[in-house]
Amino acid sequence: MPTPVLRAVDLHRSYGRGPTRFDALKGVDVEVHAGEALAIVGKSGSGKSTLMHLLALLDRPTSGHVDLNGAAADRLRGRELNRVRNRTFGFVFQQFFLTPSATVLENVILPLKIAGVGRTERKRRGMAVLEQLDLADKARNRARDLSGGQKQRVVIARALVNDPQVIFADEPTGNLDTATGAAVEDLLFGLNRERGITLVVVTHDDDLAARCDRRITVRDGRIEASDPAAEGRTGSDSGDAGRTAEELAA
Amino acid sequence: MRAVDVVGSAVANTFRSRTRTVLTVLAIFIGAFTLTITTGLGTGINRYIDQTVAEIGAEDVMTVAHQVEETTDDGPREYDPDAVAASGLGADGPVGGATIDPITDDDLATIAAIDSVESVEPLKQVAVDWVEADGGTRYEISVGSFIPGMEVVLASGEQPDAAADDPQVVIPVDFVEPLGFDSQSQAIGSDVVFGLTDATGTEQTVTAEVVGVSEAGLVGAGSSASPNTALTDALAAAQQTGSTGQAALSGSAVVRFDPAAGATATQDLKDELADAGFTATTVEDQIGAFKAVIDGIVLVLNAFAVIALLAAGFGIVNTLLMSVQERTREIGLMKAMGMGSGRVFGLFSTEATFIGFLGSAVGVLLGMAAGTAVGNALATTMFADLPGLTLIAFDPVSVASIVVLVMAIAFLAGTIPAGRAARQDPIESLRYE
Repeated sequence: MPTPVLRAVDLHRSYGRGPTRFDALKGVDVEVHAGEALAIVGKSGSGKSTLMHLLALLDRPTSGHVDLNGAAADRLRGRELNRVRNRTFGFVFQQFFLTPSATVLENVILPLKIAGVGRTERKRRGMAVLEQLDLADKARNRARDLSGGQKQRVVIARALVNDPQVIFADEPTGNLDTATGAAVEDLLFGLNRERGITLVVVTHDDDLAARCDRRITVRDGRIEASDPAAEGRTGSDSGDAGRTAEELAA
Repeated sequence: MRAVDVVGSAVANTFRSRTRTVLTVLAIFIGAFTLTITTGLGTGINRYIDQTVAEIGAEDVMTVAHQVEETTDDGPREYDPDAVAASGLGADGPVGGATIDPITDDDLATIAAIDSVESVEPLKQVAVDWVEADGGTRYEISVGSFIPGMEVVLASGEQPDAAADDPQVVIPVDFVEPLGFDSQSQAIGSDVVFGLTDATGTEQTVTAEVVGVSEAGLVGAGSSASPNTALTDALAAAQQTGSTGQAALSGSAVVRFDPAAGATATQDLKDELADAGFTATTVEDQIGAFKAVIDGIVLVLNAFAVIALLAAGFGIVNTLLMSVQERTREIGLMKAMGMGSGRVFGLFSTEATFIGFLGSAVGVLLGMAAGTAVGNALATTMFADLPGLTLIAFDPVSVASIVVLVMAIAFLAGTIPAGRAARQDPIESLRYE
């Protein structure tokens, strides 16, 4: 079995101290395999967002550890950690987090700017991604002038521009109507299937979770027993996707 | 993120909320404008003083006199029939009613014995009662102590020739018409007569040729006649007619030294003279005292401008704190995408510095325009009598340092909000509604 992209071992995360101490995660083990689409579901306050933050290396666990491609991520510090996050992950959030006054292109190339990519190269790659998502004609528009669906596609373009290994999507369709939401879902799963990008979706939407290869349910800081059928299906699927990724890379 | 992108993003962010930026820039503008004007005032006046330095005396000359005795603690001073009024170089020396011991021949020998003294001669002081030309009206006038090497600021004509055998004089421009000359060119070459009272109370006259006309000046010879050596000697001789007492004595002596030896050597010479019981004053000392007063006034004015700038600095803090608050999620996103805290700090502090740059650049430019306009207007009206005086002048170094100073203040103000932005936790920022 290939090394999982992300492996979380006995993750604990608590906030506060003494009587106000709150345990958000109480011992969670998760493996995210290359090329799979994993849904993390749970009610609000269940700890699913905390789990995503830990997997995305945005936060550090109180105890336990996260391995990225087989290497312990807690060794990464400062600049190195920032670089890994910049190159490995893409983020899609429910609230878009676009800079309204900046153009679509500027919003999309933000990760490249942070990575220190040159101006010409930034523009080239930004336009390439926008073309893939049929947004090339909107490149010069200001982000605030777009519709909700267009905004979320820009966000996906931004998540893609750095050619990441894993895209974290936190309620990606939460702010969209059904039709637009479905289109955005199609886009995300298409990327997962065709380009082998690993997808970690945090949602409380059962329909979205059902489209993923595998789902884990977080309740009160622990992983609840997953759907065994879904678990069984996952192994082969992720294997296929992993090959697809390798083929694409080749 | 590359440094150039940090600057580019910071500049773009500055214009994101225009009204707020404009108001903050305006506050800085007021401070920078004021600072430009006050600094320009200092530059203008000091430059004028520098221009008139040559008029007061040569730079290789120092005036040496006996040290004034301490009188504050010793009660009344004993009468000294040989005491003379303390006097310095130039026409309007610091005569404060204090009397000092005269420079005797022994003193001259003592001073001449000091190594670095090139030559020493007593400074002749002459008091002239009046001047007239061609039997016309008599006017009161003072005659300065012209030392070879001094330069009078001339309106026309030539400097008095120290080596000439015939008495020569340069008269102030104000005396041309009253003395009955139609023009400056008519005055040059004509003779004027100086009247003075000798030791016996009898009136003596000395005739001298006018060789030049001097501009009115702020200090120095501009308001008095500048004689050459021959005229000074003739006047001194006339003054001593029938004298028995102190007439042959001078209050001070003129020492020549080598200014090329450096400030330390000059100071050493002064110290040596001080040990021998003399006080020595160079031209620089005299100018220095004057400049110190100007610099002091300008410093106080600048302090007010800096206070305005500090107030503007709080404006920057306020503006950027609001900006950081508004952009909390954006900061969180950038950090999630791998932007380091240092870069976030750089982004906001650069934005602050840029706001400072905008305010100071506009302030300095408009300050220079306004200062030049006012300076020129005053030069032709209020200060028309002081040709060469531009009240407000600018030199590139001080103007550039204002911009740098303002940017430094802005940067310091920006560190507070920038630090807050840099410390933000990406997760908390992304949750922020």
